[in-house]
Amino acid sequence: MQRLKLFIPLLVFVALAAMFFGVERRVQRGEYAPTDLPSALVNRPLPAFSLPALEDGRTLTNSDIQGEWFLLNVWATWCPTCHYEHPFLVALADQGVKIVSVDYKDNAEAAQRWLAEKGNPYVATLFDEAGDFGLDLGVTGAPETYLVDAAGIVRFRYQGALDQAIWDREFAPLIAGLAAPSAELKQ
Amino acid sequence: MRSLLLAGWLILLSFSAHGVIETYQFDTDVQRARYHHFIEELRCPKCQNQNLSGSDSAISKDLRRQIHQMIMDDKSDIEITQYMVARYGDFILYRPQFNAATAVLWLTPLGLLLLGLFVWWRMAATRAKPKLSSDEALSVTEQQQLKDLLEEENSASKDGDNK
Repeated sequence: MQRLKLFIPLLVFVALAAMFFGVERRVQRGEYAPTDLPSALVNRPLPAFSLPALEDGRTLTNSDIQGEWFLLNVWATWCPTCHYEHPFLVALADQGVKIVSVDYKDNAEAAQRWLAEKGNPYVATLFDEAGDFGLDLGVTGAPETYLVDAAGIVRFRYQGALDQAIWDREFAPLIAGLAAPSAELKQ
Repeated sequence: MRSLLLAGWLILLSFSAHGVIETYQFDTDVQRARYHHFIEELRCPKCQNQNLSGSDSAISKDLRRQIHQMIMDDKSDIEITQYMVARYGDFILYRPQFNAATAVLWLTPLGLLLLGLFVWWRMAATRAKPKLSSDEALSVTEQQQLKDLLEEENSASKDGDNK
């Protein structure tokens, strides 16, 4: 029995090593990012906003965009990851996904040029020059993407660039749930 | 050599100077003190372990501006804290409120302390009275044998001295 006690440190080491290895593998596969914050907005209404549209400067508010589920994508021309993400957003829009965007702390001219050159996947772009709406959203950087349901409730927030794998893993199951809201209510 | 040693000591002793310099105007010293308290106590949401005063990130700059604005608008400490938690969650507080999600943060050190005290108490108890089990204690005949052996040894060494 005394002999077996000598192996306790080794067993503790093996258990910890296995645990850390597991976490590290999930980080490498992109399933878990330790720096991501849980959003305080999840399951709460999208904050109220009143911002100019990037295209023409007319004022947009929540009622202009809400009504069915949509993605709210926070981007900026100064954000390198947004360059990488943009083609995937264009592909999503081509599939009929409604994407509203927030141009976060950006230069209007540069942003307009960006959309003209790279294609515009957004049904509307809110121009948040001072970053006030970004603060209300709890944005820490760009890109970030929120899933907002038909009632205007934020269901999910993803920090970082979207791609097909993340879309299939994180968004698709949630959206499948949104598509059948009546079934959810009956339960 | 001496100066080299001194320089080495100075490097070891130097503290990382942090704190960004921004010029915010306040009406009273209380407002200034509250501002500094908030930027020390709130964590930069973009960084893993930096407070707002130590961080250069754009989001920290915005949050400092927001805190200044709210203080100048006569918002209470609770309102400012609620504003931040509503947007960034408990993560932003270096001293998070006690709730189900943060209980493990608050209770783990206490649990480890209790565990340490327990282990220390057990070790001290076993050291204070080394208990002899019945098969470790010597029986009367064994004690007699031991005594005989020791005496034999003594007389043997005396013989040795005489030679």
